Amino acid sequence: MSTLSHRPANPVVGLTVSHESAELHVTGAALYTDDLVSRMAGTLHAWPVQSPHAHARVTGLRTSPALGVPGVVRVLTAADVPGVNDAGVKHDEPLFPDEVRYYGHAVCWVLGETLEAARLGAEAVEVDYEPLPSILTLTEAIEAESYQGTQPTVTRGDAAAGLARATHRFSGEFEFGGQEHFYLETHAALAHVDEGGQVFAQSSTQHPSETQEIIAHVLGLHNHEVTVQCLRMGGGFGGKEMQPHGLAAIASLGAVLTGRPVRLRLNRTQDLTMTGKRHPFHATWEVGFDDDGMIQGLRATLTADGGWSLDLSEPVLARALCHIDNAYYVPDIEVHGRIAKTNKTSQTAFRGFGGPQGMLVLEDILGRVAPVLGIDPTELRRRNLYRPGQATPYGMVVRHAERLTQIMDEVSERSELQRRRRDLEAFNAAHAHTKRGLALTPVKFGISFNLTAFNQAGALVHVYKDGSVLINHGGTEMGQGLHTKMRQVAATALGVPLEVVRLAPTRTDKVPNTSATAASSGADLNGGAVKNACEQIRERLEQVAARTLNLHPSDVRISGGVVTGLGTQDSISWADLVRAAYFQRIQLFAAGYYRTEGLHWDASRMQGEPFKYFAYGAAVSEVEVDGFTGAYRFLRTDIVHDVGDSLSPLVDLGQIEGGFVQGAGWLTLEELRWDTSDKPSRGRLATQAASTYKLPSFSEMPETLNVHLFERATEDGAVYGSKAVGEPPLMLAFSVREALRAAVGAFGPAGHMVILGCPSTPEAVYWAVDAARRAGVEAVDGGAPARSAAPVGSGNGTAGNGTLGNGTLERELAEHLAPRGVTE
Amino acid sequence: MDPIQVTVNGEVRTAGAAGPHTNLLDWLRGEGFTGAKEGCAEGECGACAVLVARPEPDGTTRWVSVNSCLPPALAFDGQEVVTSEGLGRAPGACAVADLHPVQKEMAERGGSQCGYCTPGFVCSMAAEYYRPDRTPVEGDGDAQTGPAAVGDDHNTHAADHEHGPNGFDLHAMSGNLCRCTGYRPIKDAAYALGRPDDSDALARRRTAPAPAARPTRLRTDTGEFVRPASLAELLERLAADPDAVLVAGATDAGVERNIAHRRPPLVLAIDRLEELRGLEIDDDHIELGAALTLTEIETRLAGRIPLLADLFPQFASRLIRNGATLGGNLGTGSPIGDAPPVLLALDASVLLASAAGERDVPLAEYFTGYRESVRTPGEIIRSVRIPLPLAPHAAFYKIAKRRFDDISSVAVAIAAVVEQRTDGGSLTRVRIGLGGVAATPIRARATEDALAGRPWTADVAREAAAIMATEGTPLDDHRASARYRASMLEQALLKFYEENHASPALEVTR
Repeated sequence: MSTLSHRPANPVVGLTVSHESAELHVTGAALYTDDLVSRMAGTLHAWPVQSPHAHARVTGLRTSPALGVPGVVRVLTAADVPGVNDAGVKHDEPLFPDEVRYYGHAVCWVLGETLEAARLGAEAVEVDYEPLPSILTLTEAIEAESYQGTQPTVTRGDAAAGLARATHRFSGEFEFGGQEHFYLETHAALAHVDEGGQVFAQSSTQHPSETQEIIAHVLGLHNHEVTVQCLRMGGGFGGKEMQPHGLAAIASLGAVLTGRPVRLRLNRTQDLTMTGKRHPFHATWEVGFDDDGMIQGLRATLTADGGWSLDLSEPVLARALCHIDNAYYVPDIEVHGRIAKTNKTSQTAFRGFGGPQGMLVLEDILGRVAPVLGIDPTELRRRNLYRPGQATPYGMVVRHAERLTQIMDEVSERSELQRRRRDLEAFNAAHAHTKRGLALTPVKFGISFNLTAFNQAGALVHVYKDGSVLINHGGTEMGQGLHTKMRQVAATALGVPLEVVRLAPTRTDKVPNTSATAASSGADLNGGAVKNACEQIRERLEQVAARTLNLHPSDVRISGGVVTGLGTQDSISWADLVRAAYFQRIQLFAAGYYRTEGLHWDASRMQGEPFKYFAYGAAVSEVEVDGFTGAYRFLRTDIVHDVGDSLSPLVDLGQIEGGFVQGAGWLTLEELRWDTSDKPSRGRLATQAASTYKLPSFSEMPETLNVHLFERATEDGAVYGSKAVGEPPLMLAFSVREALRAAVGAFGPAGHMVILGCPSTPEAVYWAVDAARRAGVEAVDGGAPARSAAPVGSGNGTAGNGTLGNGTLERELAEHLAPRGVTE
Repeated sequence: MDPIQVTVNGEVRTAGAAGPHTNLLDWLRGEGFTGAKEGCAEGECGACAVLVARPEPDGTTRWVSVNSCLPPALAFDGQEVVTSEGLGRAPGACAVADLHPVQKEMAERGGSQCGYCTPGFVCSMAAEYYRPDRTPVEGDGDAQTGPAAVGDDHNTHAADHEHGPNGFDLHAMSGNLCRCTGYRPIKDAAYALGRPDDSDALARRRTAPAPAARPTRLRTDTGEFVRPASLAELLERLAADPDAVLVAGATDAGVERNIAHRRPPLVLAIDRLEELRGLEIDDDHIELGAALTLTEIETRLAGRIPLLADLFPQFASRLIRNGATLGGNLGTGSPIGDAPPVLLALDASVLLASAAGERDVPLAEYFTGYRESVRTPGEIIRSVRIPLPLAPHAAFYKIAKRRFDDISSVAVAIAAVVEQRTDGGSLTRVRIGLGGVAATPIRARATEDALAGRPWTADVAREAAAIMATEGTPLDDHRASARYRASMLEQALLKFYEENHASPALEVTR
């Protein structure tokens, strides 16, 4: 076992503790960026002037009418930027654009004494636009070949040969929607110039260092002249990884120009219409299976809808390509990726970061073809799982692949899958208008940033003379419990009770050059750094204790705040040890550092070992579908998930449950719709409010939700044997969509291929039910298409003429059922 | 007039800084109560929820949760508001935490992650905690929740999935959204709550009367807010200012203000006018005051009108229903309001009042166009009248993406009298109200005609369903396609037949 993963006796990690800020949350005392405004005098408020065109040249901008509005103090425009007019790192996101590239794009910002004054000022600004042609949908982008960024390919073996070898081939097309983060706290920044003349920006950001860098480059300052602090976020989910920077830069620019604090908080409408979302994807694919249902070859092209600028689209696409295999071995494979450039918000990171999109493609394929192959979908999935020793298409051996089978077995048992399958069949036989479906799907998710350089972190740990400990690290808290875990790590590494350790808010002047708190890596990276800092201090203290207790330093034991040693009854308290150390002039603070070892990635060849390890899980879900309406209920979900040895079980449980429900929202309920008509409102986001964009509420949580942490799961490569947990559970929600597919299938004849729109809203489910029923009528009438006549239930996959070589019919169906958000 | 004052967490504060267009949330936050948050500004997410003291018919007080982002702060002149900060004490410098039972359960069970929605959840949960008629469910000691509860037989999820063993109604939080937890720990926290003990100040507060409404008037350079003292004063003011915006719970007007930035010159608050808050049941009708909240109607009717009892849990959320009124739902005249289809099926009429007098208009003749009605400037909706007896077979079908707190794509209400004859059932009277398929809520008259007097058979139902599919002029929009809407009309009738044709309750007309 590595030093990194070794747990001492009586560790504080692994204890069930509440969120570090829980008492502040429930009393309303926890402060978020915008809560600071009422504590600061003289704050100005910012409001954007948003474009009413999807694409237009700005030919005139007159701000003077705004200055005539009472309370308006200043209008910020491109001419005010002392540094670089760019909100990103790729120089494709002008902060003040002269060409607007999406409906709602901010042209300039008005500062007012009140928010109302700023709003009225923005209404008064006169902008002349020369409208330009726009591209809204993925179909339009593909037709126009409107792409941006690199077009990577992941290959192994010979996909053509794999397909040729297959006895059952299918092809199809699949287009599915994105997802709005809908963090309850919208984007917010509050900037002022402090007593030392430096810019101090409070920002709701997952990546304070990059927010700092962007503010500095916009203002033409050095990084050491800008400090960014993030107290906590009211949710992030990836939406605050890149998107906060420009907004914080606007607030900082305003503060510098007016000498007053500037608050910029997007209201929900602005947040929805201005900031990026999960990438919608389009996929075309060809897949081949042998008679046993083993995947022989896969060829696919994935097109991500990147929106108007690149943002994080390239790494998102890379992760999608690296996750199309999910948990399955595909011997011969060729997957191309490209990023569409469209006149929409710039799509960005969102929990899973392209991984869910890649995995969804293959899970959808398996769900579609299983009935035609005549193999139970769970069996089809199980047969194709990675075996120990097998490698991914990008050349990385899947370590602990056996856990996939173990987890699938365990979740089958815990969910009583066999019995419930029988119950379900009885239920379905007895109900003509209501059908239930059950599905089991696995997850394998690679942990680490694909970009190797991001896999480093720092921490700063102070031990004060009274023994109290203050820790600071580069990670941000967005509800995921990172700070809770870091306190547990520090308490474990120092050997003190949890109460001894306090955590200070994330600031760039404490720990520099931090990576985004993203890629599920927050605890792995920052935990490594906090542990490193604590161990430096502890080693020094052990020397002191050894002298005091007359022991060899390696025999000193510190646990629970008591310092003792092997072979001695003597002990001293932590506080006394610290005090003694101070008087011996021993350094009681340390900077910690961590870099993930063993990673390498060749982005041009898309080969290497980009991940430290894989996180695994599986879920069984049961749903009930109303045949009259397509409406459904989630009855029960059982999850077994691998978090390694949990650092903080209550936190991990919360991540698993929350991720699962958020994934279910993406796959079933949440639907982004843009105006794709030729009216002047073309490009306008139609779902720009909580009333039109529906995220899961109480009614969408499964009526029964059982989560079990996979046991004996020590991960050697991570802090105290744990595993990352932020993103992987989101994809457990595939089980819900596949259960819906199974329920829909129960309305049709055996062997019916169910094609299901995504998100699988009640309407999408209704049309799939409608198609299934029609297939049933056709089958009875003798006019069934070949695929429905395929032999079924034999379990050996001799599907004969079930093969769809050209996929024409399926493509038609797929087009017919494509989510209208992108084809309307 | 007295200075405008609001009691927040037991402390009286002068609300002079609030203008007529300042919502309660912004005023509270400006006063430093930052526990309540803005999450959506349209009453959909509940992050802004607070508790307010409202009168009960028996003279006591009920703690009611509302979205503070919607109503004007001035509407709380003389009222008592409690925020998450007022429920318990936060830990801090030289302060030890002293949590409210609701806060304690939420904190210990992992009910908060990012914490932003949490104060709102805490307030919604506290309102249910203090609900006077919340009583433990008999014989259901262990509700199945939590990771420890590996399900015995999930097929028995039944109605009690939405009620805890402690009588907690999950719908109390139907208007609160959480993006982090997946809700399970919040539900567990809610279902673990006991009863308030005698030392609980908010529990004791319930036994005394709620603060009376008091006339309020404030005029600033941005507009005027008036709470008239009587119906007569209201009608007089309205006659002089027919463009005034009437608000009760402001669940629609608040959205107009926050999202569309509407700033009407005159706002008239009518929610506490006793003349609009009657609820009368006599032999041939039930009269519902236009300014009663939907929650009040739901509680006081106690299932007397089954179709309304079906409607209420599906109407927005508890937070909204605690403010929303029938008068408001009909007054705004939205074609997708959920009450009109039901009231159309119930053959309801609307009592309109003005300085010139009153008139009773059948609801079927009330709507004239998109958000337009026969109501003239200067007229208000005083009450809604529902004739008795009720048709014995009735159903409400709401088609939406989400079961809790969503806006209908299509809403269908059907009420029918089935007369039992020797050769089977026959429909003698059918009323079908539709929402979401035309510029106004409509009656499905062609379908009604196709059913009236016909035998209640599968063939007739199918024939009528095909006609139903052609009712109205449904559109494609972000909620649903026109094709789906039309199909849902058809399916609603088929479902109604499925649910009602073999019913043993097939009664002879009363």
